Amino acid sequence: MSKTPEVAVSAPLKVETPFHRFVSDFADNKVALFALFVLVIIIFIAIFASVISPTDPYDLSKVSIFDSKLAPGSKSMDGVTFWLGTDTSGRDLLSSIFYGLRISLGVGVMSGVIALCVGSTIGLIAAYYGGYVDTLIMRIVDIQLSFPAILVALILISVLGKGVDKIIIALVLVQWAYYARTVRGTALVERNKEYIEAASCLALSNNRIVFRHLLPNCLPPLIVVATVQTAHAISLEATLSFLGVGLPITEPSLGLLIANGFDVMLSGLYWVSFYPGIALLITIVSINLVGDQLRDVLNPRLQK
Amino acid sequence: MTEQSLTLDVRDLKTHFFTKAGVAKAVDGVSFSVGKGEVLGLVGESGSGKSVTGFSILGLVDPPGRVVSGEVLFKGQDLLTLDPESLRRLRGDRIAMIFQDPMMTLNPVLRVDTQMVETIQAHDSSVSRKDALARARDALGQVGIPAPDERLRSYPHQFSGGMRQRVAIAIALLNKPDLIIADEPTTALDVTIQGQILYEAQKLCRETGTSMIWITHDLAVVAGLADHICVMYGGKAVEQGAIDDVLDHPVHPYTRGLLGSVPGHNTRGQRLYQIPGMAPSLLNLPQGCTFQDRCPRADEACLVEPGITEPVPGRAVRCCHPHLDKDEVIGA
Amino acid sequence: MSVFIIRRLLQSVIVVAVMSLIVFVGVNIVGDPVDMLINPEADQAEIARVIHDLGLDLPIHEQYLYFIKNAFKGDLGKSFIFGEPALKLIVQRIPATFELAFSALLMAVFIGVPLGVIAGMRPKAISSRAIMTGSILGFSLPTFWVGLMMIMIFAVILGWLPSTGRGDTVSVLGIEVSFLTVDGLRHMLMPAFNLALLKISLVIRLARAGTREAMHQDYVKFARAKGLSETRVIMVHVLKNIMIPVVTVLGLEFGSLIAFSVVTESVFAWPGMGKLLIDALHNLDRPIIVAYLMIIVLVFVIINLLVDILYSVLDPRVRLKDAGQ
Repeated sequence: MSKTPEVAVSAPLKVETPFHRFVSDFADNKVALFALFVLVIIIFIAIFASVISPTDPYDLSKVSIFDSKLAPGSKSMDGVTFWLGTDTSGRDLLSSIFYGLRISLGVGVMSGVIALCVGSTIGLIAAYYGGYVDTLIMRIVDIQLSFPAILVALILISVLGKGVDKIIIALVLVQWAYYARTVRGTALVERNKEYIEAASCLALSNNRIVFRHLLPNCLPPLIVVATVQTAHAISLEATLSFLGVGLPITEPSLGLLIANGFDVMLSGLYWVSFYPGIALLITIVSINLVGDQLRDVLNPRLQK
Repeated sequence: MTEQSLTLDVRDLKTHFFTKAGVAKAVDGVSFSVGKGEVLGLVGESGSGKSVTGFSILGLVDPPGRVVSGEVLFKGQDLLTLDPESLRRLRGDRIAMIFQDPMMTLNPVLRVDTQMVETIQAHDSSVSRKDALARARDALGQVGIPAPDERLRSYPHQFSGGMRQRVAIAIALLNKPDLIIADEPTTALDVTIQGQILYEAQKLCRETGTSMIWITHDLAVVAGLADHICVMYGGKAVEQGAIDDVLDHPVHPYTRGLLGSVPGHNTRGQRLYQIPGMAPSLLNLPQGCTFQDRCPRADEACLVEPGITEPVPGRAVRCCHPHLDKDEVIGA
Repeated sequence: MSVFIIRRLLQSVIVVAVMSLIVFVGVNIVGDPVDMLINPEADQAEIARVIHDLGLDLPIHEQYLYFIKNAFKGDLGKSFIFGEPALKLIVQRIPATFELAFSALLMAVFIGVPLGVIAGMRPKAISSRAIMTGSILGFSLPTFWVGLMMIMIFAVILGWLPSTGRGDTVSVLGIEVSFLTVDGLRHMLMPAFNLALLKISLVIRLARAGTREAMHQDYVKFARAKGLSETRVIMVHVLKNIMIPVVTVLGLEFGSLIAFSVVTESVFAWPGMGKLLIDALHNLDRPIIVAYLMIIVLVFVIINLLVDILYSVLDPRVRLKDAGQ
């Protein structure tokens, strides 16, 4: 008969700030950590695209039709290596992807940030005023959310027309509802908690209560929603640009690059669509992996 | 009791739960036996390990729990060393189990007839659905459920608590098992239904020779029903014997405490005796005898775990200071 | 139950009405109705005549009523490109889109549910972790790009499947369906799978969550105590319990599949409603756009309503409780 040893459990006494704990919890998932690392690289590329690109694909004087449809690894007439090949107009694909990342990421993040501000404000208003205002706002949110994002986007685009600003408006209008619903839900829960009651007993102003006490505690789910929504926004913009109803040709996002390669793909020139797609994929997957881990890390803490 | 007539012989069963917080020794060296047609009452408070004992017999302990050692001899065959398929064949056929909460044990989205017929067909695939339904109907009648045809086509939530438990008992009876393990089957029911079910259970065992282990925390239930009793505390069997012997002359201080705290004629108008303290957490059992922190007779000798002794033939007790003096009863 | 249905019906009517208002406002106030509804190549006299015919010289609320009246008559304008009534053109394409969306739904269920159940049965196993990470990949993948890659691999490089278009059709009750022919199935395989990818992740997550919860329930332990084989425990007891949430969510997602078929139809040149819309957006064939929006909103609202009713029918606890009252 084997003796099963009693496992003694001792709690290590260590002073740990919540941020500390957050970072170490997040780092537990190695995959998410790697995704974060990749994401940082992508953001870096997007910001410094013009600096680190081997060529400027939109400088018409440098682009030559003789360089077009070259396979990855070939060299141009000037001796520059096209690491990922060229497209039908002779533009270096790698550089196009760098610039494309900047646009895709830029539009996605910008629309996300605006939607976050707009949606959160509306959500806070709904939670704060309650009653009729709350019901009306939430009804609108529910109805909009019962329609798929792509449909809402198409409706908005058919009504608003084309152009960068119109696309951003459309993306914002697609996303605000998620933010509004999340913030309103958390705000309602937090509002009833005792620390808010305590703060109001101290006769703090409403503004102070909302911004210094309520909002910080609403942040965790908001952060999670923001990451996932940004990924969706980037994906949606790419889809719309691919369909030709998104960003105009003057702002070539990754979606447009992929669309450009569609025609030549059937003749075997796979790289023109393939590599931009990979770039898009890596971006979205990284954001989603990071967002997933954020959700796992932030949620149990919320419940404590 | 001769060896051959023993339906179930449990020897030194140990089931431990390996959790992040430590090892919980839910069952730690429990032995008892049940003869043909006999009813064993397995008594203890929550956390004593009685339900886990029942599950261990059938091999239904979920991770992180595991049977660590011991023997469970069912008609001479050790269930713990049996392969999973053979064990599955015994379950529901030769050994049946009745759970505590019938609402949760019957699948809410499947009809009652489905749940009964599958029990039959799982063990004898040659039985046609018609025949299986006939047997199900008979079983429902046996447990006193009126209009069985209609009931068969219903869903569990359409039954009352007492009816559901009767259905669970009927399911247990379907394949005429040799042993039924009933885990607190009447705890969730009201007293009158409880009485009826107890009566029917007893009748059943007498008539069909089915052995039964009745797991409960309620001494009163066991008193009228069981032939033998096994009292559990802190994962160990602390006292065993024939029911009348144990109830009239309890030897272990815990059993005495339990009996003393049951209201009765003698104690009317007086303050009920309560065993001081609380049951220990299975993660943090005291060194030695598990009952020492609450025992009025505890001393240094109890720091060494007591072995099982037989003060009288047919009785077993695990105690350093058993009450061998027949006159001493607490609270009387 | 009937109170519930009536309430939902009323809600649906309100939503459709609001949508018609939005589309109307969008066309007539935000956009230029002359551009929207009149062929830009018409001459002045023609434009003036059409303006009068369409009632665009009337006050705005009368215009709206006119719009609604026409809508009920089935007149949502004539396509600039095809010259035929927009509504008729779209309705003709509905079978193709529905066929695609429905096949995608079936694929999502038949692939996603088994994977989700496996992942749920042993949540810590490597296979389960792999499935879950794979599902993140599933909804991160840009659908249109995956479609392109599929065409490249299976049609261009391997040559196993046709790259674009719909296969041979057969007429069933006056509707052209392609899944009854081998050629039709070959054409449908890639687009349906591409569309299904969106939802497979969702189904996997739902099935996994449901399975994990179900495995801890007492009825599973009881089923094992009865001596049922593990196969039966999973396939009957667990599955039936998780199918209810899976089916209801999928029912709602069917509408989103129809909307997203816009993308798949463009990639695979599948002749459905979605492709018609995208072409119309490019060609500024506005009557089609208006007609499409109205129809899709209607389809949506009807699907949501049906699913709500279906849910109350499926769950025996809900159904019988209502019947007993």
